[in-house]
Amino acid sequence: MKTITHHIPERLLAAYASGRLPHVFEVVVATHISMCDACRAGFEAHQAMGGVVLDDSDAVDLSDDLKADLMALLDHEMVEPAPAQRDGIFPGPVVEALKSRPPRWKSLGFGVKQSILEAGSEGSLRLLHIPPGQSVPDHGHNGLELTLVLQGSFHDETGAFGVGDLEVADDDLDHTPVAGDGLPCICLAATDAPLKFNSFVPRLLQPLFRI
Amino acid sequence: MVDTAMMFFWIKNDPEIAQPRNVRMLIATETSEAVSARGLPRAHPPYRKEQAHVTCDRDLSEQTQWMLAIRNNRDRSAFAQLFDFYAPRLKGFVMRTGTSAAEAEEIVQDVMLTVWRKAAQFDPERAQVSGWIYQITRNRQIDVVRRTSRAMPEELKQTDEHEPDAGQILAVEQEASRLKLALARLKPDQRMMVEKAYLGELTHQEIQDETGLPLGTIKSRIRLGLERLRHELKGLREP
Ligand SMILES: [Zn+2]
Repeated sequence: MKTITHHIPERLLAAYASGRLPHVFEVVVATHISMCDACRAGFEAHQAMGGVVLDDSDAVDLSDDLKADLMALLDHEMVEPAPAQRDGIFPGPVVEALKSRPPRWKSLGFGVKQSILEAGSEGSLRLLHIPPGQSVPDHGHNGLELTLVLQGSFHDETGAFGVGDLEVADDDLDHTPVAGDGLPCICLAATDAPLKFNSFVPRLLQPLFRI
Repeated sequence: MVDTAMMFFWIKNDPEIAQPRNVRMLIATETSEAVSARGLPRAHPPYRKEQAHVTCDRDLSEQTQWMLAIRNNRDRSAFAQLFDFYAPRLKGFVMRTGTSAAEAEEIVQDVMLTVWRKAAQFDPERAQVSGWIYQITRNRQIDVVRRTSRAMPEELKQTDEHEPDAGQILAVEQEASRLKLALARLKPDQRMMVEKAYLGELTHQEIQDETGLPLGTIKSRIRLGLERLRHELKGLREP
């Protein structure tokens, strides 16, 4: 299996571990971690650091009956719902974002398709399906964009991206991704800029995230 | 290699815990089937005499010992001890971000209940108890303030046949202790920034690349734990 060469930048991983990423980026980071043990170890290292901060917090007295109430609740053994597991090329977090349904592809022309998983004020999350050799049309972005390859590959001015690789692009990157040969390239892409169809939203209202 | 001062960083003078106990009996993961086959109720720890000669558990923190007793034996008294240690700190931690005392207690209760219910997911070869609880706490805090619950990576299944490596568990604890010392040694303003970051009070643009914390070494150690687990999972799939 091809090894992953493009990982989660440290700051993004720290932000994810501390719970400060918008949900659309969280899904991409969680998906990469599901595919990459190097980043999983990095994520868990941040958890350990969070644990240190927790340990260092001042102990605050609890209400008298809190413990007894909780101990009584232990009798109600309940299984916590486990996070979704991988389904085909889609790792668990993508399955979750798809609500366990297959993608609903909509054509963007030239054989390129997208399936929007989430679109809101904090950004958008979608799957892209790009035929081999096809470039992604009208590819400009404002703000931060994360693109994670789930199948096939793409390359652009900055390098080649295979399954598991994550591209981090911001305002400054003006690029033209082209899908590689072989299988169609399927990517998970998140951006905090609005999608084309709601680009009438004034720029001022867009969250001004930059890495 | 092993720093003795570090090793006892977490250990408090609790006469009960200080008794020599056996790491293997604490860690031994017996399936409930195996236990009931011998006619023992599930709540009874499956201690066996022939294991009693191995003694290295005193090096493990109380927190890890409690957590393993909860995970392996659904030990309520261990849970009560874990609660006594963590619940007041958790309340303090949650209140640091401006949450009211009453709301903080609700979060504490949810978190501790999740600790009990998801104990099977605790892997001491990769996580130290506080870090594991930290993550559950942040999840809960996010779920309270946000409509969408937090996206988390796929969980790695723990294998039943797992032969725990006490050395690895101890090493993870030691690395966490080193982080604690490193945080304490930071300049006050730098330390405050790190704490704010982990409390979830900094945006991803505000988080610094250079924290002065030695995260690389614990990351390598966790990686070893992951590799071990991957190896065992692979062994299970290809018998
Ligand atoms: Zn990675």
